[in-house]
Amino acid sequence: MSSQDIPEENLPAEQAAEHGHGAVSLADEKHPFADPGLPPHEHRIQDVDERAAKRSERTVALLFTISMLATIGFIASYVGIPHDKSIFVFPLGHINALNFALGITLGVALFAIGAGAVHWARTLMSDAEVADERHPIEAPPEVRAKVHADFKQGAKESAIGRRKLIRNTMFGALTLVPLSGVMLLRDLGPLPHSSLRHTLWAKGKRLVNMNTNLPLRPEDVAVGSLTFAKPDGLEETNESFQEEIAKAALMIVRLQPENIKDKRELDWSHQGIVAYSKICTHVGCPISLYEQQTHHVLCPCHQSTFDLSDGARVIFGPAGHALPQLRIGVDSEGYLQALGDFEEPVGPAFWERG
Amino acid sequence: MSTTASNTNASGGGRSRGPAPAGERLADWADGRLGIYSLAKSNMRKIFPDHWSFMLGEVCLYSFIIIILTGVYLTLFFHPSMNEVVYHGSYVPLQGQLMSEAFNSTLHISFEVRGGLLIRQIHHWAALIFLAGMFVHMMRVFFTGAFRKPREVNWLFGFLLFVLGMFTGFTGYSLPDDLLSGTGVRFMEGAILSVPIVGTYLSFFLFGGQFPGHDFVARFYSIHILLLPGIMLGLLVAHLILVFYHKHTQFAGPGKTNNNVVGMPLLPVYMAKAGGFFFLVFGVIAAIAAIAQINPIWAIGPYRPDQVSTGAQPDWYMGFSEGLIRVMPGWEINFWGHTLVLGVFIPLIIFPLVLVAIAVYPFIEAWVTGDRREHHILDRPRNAPTRTAFGAAWISWYFVLLIGGGNDLWATHFHLSINAITWFVRISFFVVPVITFVVTKRVCLGLQRRDKDKVLHGRESGIIKRLPHGEFIEVHEPLSQEQLYTLTAHEQYEPVELGPTVDENGVERKIKGSQKLRAKLSNAYYGEDNQIQKPTVEEYREITSGHGHH
Amino acid sequence: MKKLSARRRHPLAAVVVLLLALAATGGLYTAFAPASKAKADDTAQSLTIEEGKKLYEVGCASCHGTGGQGTTDGPSLVGVGAAAVDFQVGTGRMPAQQPGAQVPRKRVIYNQAQIDQLAAYIASLGAGPAVPTKNQYSPEGADVAKGGELFRTNCAQCHNFTGKGGALTHGKFAPELTGVSPKHIYEAMQTGPQNMPSFPDTTMTEKNKKDIIAYLNAVNGDETENPGGLELGGLGPVSEGLFAWIFGLGALIAVAVWVAARTAKAKKS
Repeated sequence: MSSQDIPEENLPAEQAAEHGHGAVSLADEKHPFADPGLPPHEHRIQDVDERAAKRSERTVALLFTISMLATIGFIASYVGIPHDKSIFVFPLGHINALNFALGITLGVALFAIGAGAVHWARTLMSDAEVADERHPIEAPPEVRAKVHADFKQGAKESAIGRRKLIRNTMFGALTLVPLSGVMLLRDLGPLPHSSLRHTLWAKGKRLVNMNTNLPLRPEDVAVGSLTFAKPDGLEETNESFQEEIAKAALMIVRLQPENIKDKRELDWSHQGIVAYSKICTHVGCPISLYEQQTHHVLCPCHQSTFDLSDGARVIFGPAGHALPQLRIGVDSEGYLQALGDFEEPVGPAFWERG
Repeated sequence: MSTTASNTNASGGGRSRGPAPAGERLADWADGRLGIYSLAKSNMRKIFPDHWSFMLGEVCLYSFIIIILTGVYLTLFFHPSMNEVVYHGSYVPLQGQLMSEAFNSTLHISFEVRGGLLIRQIHHWAALIFLAGMFVHMMRVFFTGAFRKPREVNWLFGFLLFVLGMFTGFTGYSLPDDLLSGTGVRFMEGAILSVPIVGTYLSFFLFGGQFPGHDFVARFYSIHILLLPGIMLGLLVAHLILVFYHKHTQFAGPGKTNNNVVGMPLLPVYMAKAGGFFFLVFGVIAAIAAIAQINPIWAIGPYRPDQVSTGAQPDWYMGFSEGLIRVMPGWEINFWGHTLVLGVFIPLIIFPLVLVAIAVYPFIEAWVTGDRREHHILDRPRNAPTRTAFGAAWISWYFVLLIGGGNDLWATHFHLSINAITWFVRISFFVVPVITFVVTKRVCLGLQRRDKDKVLHGRESGIIKRLPHGEFIEVHEPLSQEQLYTLTAHEQYEPVELGPTVDENGVERKIKGSQKLRAKLSNAYYGEDNQIQKPTVEEYREITSGHGHH
Repeated sequence: MKKLSARRRHPLAAVVVLLLALAATGGLYTAFAPASKAKADDTAQSLTIEEGKKLYEVGCASCHGTGGQGTTDGPSLVGVGAAAVDFQVGTGRMPAQQPGAQVPRKRVIYNQAQIDQLAAYIASLGAGPAVPTKNQYSPEGADVAKGGELFRTNCAQCHNFTGKGGALTHGKFAPELTGVSPKHIYEAMQTGPQNMPSFPDTTMTEKNKKDIIAYLNAVNGDETENPGGLELGGLGPVSEGLFAWIFGLGALIAVAVWVAARTAKAKKS
């Protein structure tokens, strides 16, 4: 890379005088202009004016002092401010006084140390640029040859190439041994079996209002209203509440029967009351953004949109199939009840879903 | 301690009398056991070049250290358990609510541990800044070509750090077991279920049974605080060792060659600057944590699989995957009693591909150029138009997906239809990167032309002169030798030639498909219309000696 | 001018011009953007017993029909009840300004007495929910935590965790609940305005509604504390991410520029 220079006559006159390093052939046109080299070092104000340097010194010392004061402020805030005190700070609003005080004092204490150190480096330490030589990363050929020879010697002495039986059985053993580790992962969880296909809903289970924890009657559910229900007997305090509600959560709306376009939906409804799984068939968000005029329900996570007046089929977004509907009726005491479990798995689709 | 004494005597030979200072004796002691002097010999006065963009990596390093420090503090109070408890803490709107111990202890950290909220907020803000810093650092390395030989391995280390950082962030975001992060975990479960054949098994093994189960917080906890950060720490150390070993790259300029590195020594200047910068970064993040609230889990509430809030988003670094999943059409194939959930599985496959696209680029470029030399002088982005255009296209792709990930918020804040935004993103996913590529390449070539004009005609001074015959001209100032050198320091490749299709005997040569592809790509990179030839000596001489500037 | 022309070629000139242009565009946009002011109907009429009907005929009948039976431009008002009128007119949604995906909240143009007259007239057309009394919607004595649970089950999916609003399909949206009076919140739950479903007392009791109002008041009221500092809109990770990029990384890059910049030299070269 030493052939960067160009013939002197090609350079502007005054620069040629300074930088002529001897002529090299024109064939190398990679660098038409010669490298003038590092510019001469210029002094900073602090290098020539001792008063300026003193000023810098005082600034750095002041910053370090501010840091010390801020740390004392931090300790004082920690001790002195009650942890639940609220203050109004414009424009932040009503905030916790302790969090604010601790954060600001800590921030100042740290920032001032950094600012002091950098100001010190920038104004008082030498700013002369230095050039350091690089050396190739690659080893020189003789080193390379030596390493290769050593390796070959070692391989030969081990006879790994000649005694193939040893080599092959060793590879076999090394391949098999991690399997023990894989086996140990088996008990991370039970096998799925058919648990994704079943929910707590069953024939005769009453629909219990999530808000009031009371069973629902058809007359409670008005057209245009939205109600959420869980199966009778499932309580928040149950050990498996989270797993069960993740599948059983139900969304109940009432439509005018003449507005229901899908025949099966109408069959499975009760006086226009339809019950759909609240769990999105895309990736399982609780879908419930019900628009009562359009009968559309939107998922807040990925915007899959379902039409509740048409079998909850997908009309927009990434969901792949309709929301499962729960077949409902009324029991002898006049309460809404399920007429069975969902006919298909609720929630996200999976390989075995079929 | 006779060894110490003899060592001191040996090394302090030049001293006329009296023992060496304590610090020096300690260093001698350590050198006798650790050999620190040999290490310090080449490193103490190691040269680092000055440029603000070279400090982006330090932003990442320091925020990582801050995350570890604050994270260790948080582990002292956090209970990684999903046992249900009733809340009796000081936050009134959750009194008496059932929640997991994880959520309960996070509330405890936020409201009862003095400074706990601050540390939580520093931890979370530092995580967002860590990922943002890595993204920008990676782009700096990309656009300046700093990934070229000998730094390809370090590029990969950095890339792995970015990817692992994303997952460490995601597992950490899920730990408080709040309604927002729980929704994110539910999404993850749905995505795992979509994997053909083994999806349900993977999900049951990860969650210890049906979602949500009682295990995932504890499992994510050990992944978040031990497994992933442990790997990251190892990669980080390797990354830094390589930075030291390779020595830093530098921009072209007078006195800066491929064989040197120009800057300030580690001791004292960079010790002070880099050390000081750690405190500056920590100070800024602490101040942000004092003034801006992040992830207020008390307002979000405990997780329940039947509850949700609108605006459910992951942290920004997962936003592009959220965009992918939101804009994907709902394709699902049923056959032989099985379901192939393409609507979820395809985004799950594209997600890593988006990342891999940028990770493998350096190797593609190296293959096209066939250049095996070391490169320590950085490119200006304009001088590598195809690379720059590719990088810009990739960023535009990433940002289109980010828009898709926040489509509900763009809809409400710009009064748009969420369906329209989704369609916009669906189309932009294919169109915007192409447009960005073409436009960026044009802009780069335009800038190259401007540089050439500057070299040949000088810098436009803005001074208008009227010539005696009435013509107005703008005076051009000639550039200094430094500027001329800097503007023409970059190397230009020649496109690869395939050679004649027949050999000297007239027999048709066999040209491999890969060779043809390489020649095509090479032409696209360095062909006549794809880079502006640097001014030559002849051109310069002709113009400067011929007529005046105008 | 000479100075200007000399600086025109400054490397930063393009940046300055760009910033100026952006500022100008923004300014023009604000100047010309459709002002959301409703034209005050200053045909204020004298108040009499039958004012409601008269008010209706002037302000509402063009869309809802002369007898409230509804037209193609507006739904029937028979049986919607006084609560619906109090909500729609009391939040300025009615009278509507223009057709669109959704009628937004705007400045209220009737006073409370006129709204009451309108409500009385509509209520006379058919039975419907009455305007709630203070006793019904006042958050006093309510269970805030239960309200939170109810809010997350019934409301947050559209209105966000703390009532900051959210998007619905095709440009519709669930509005922000900040600054909405307890009475109007109660009425909205009871009547289900526009595309919002209703939550009648049969499925969400009066006590439930009170709890929800109390919860909203606690997390989205004037005095609500955000312990950690700026709320950033209460929108979650998107605004947090933007903040981290712009103010977090932005500040750190500004600091890095200072750290790496050359110190001023003694004499200018």
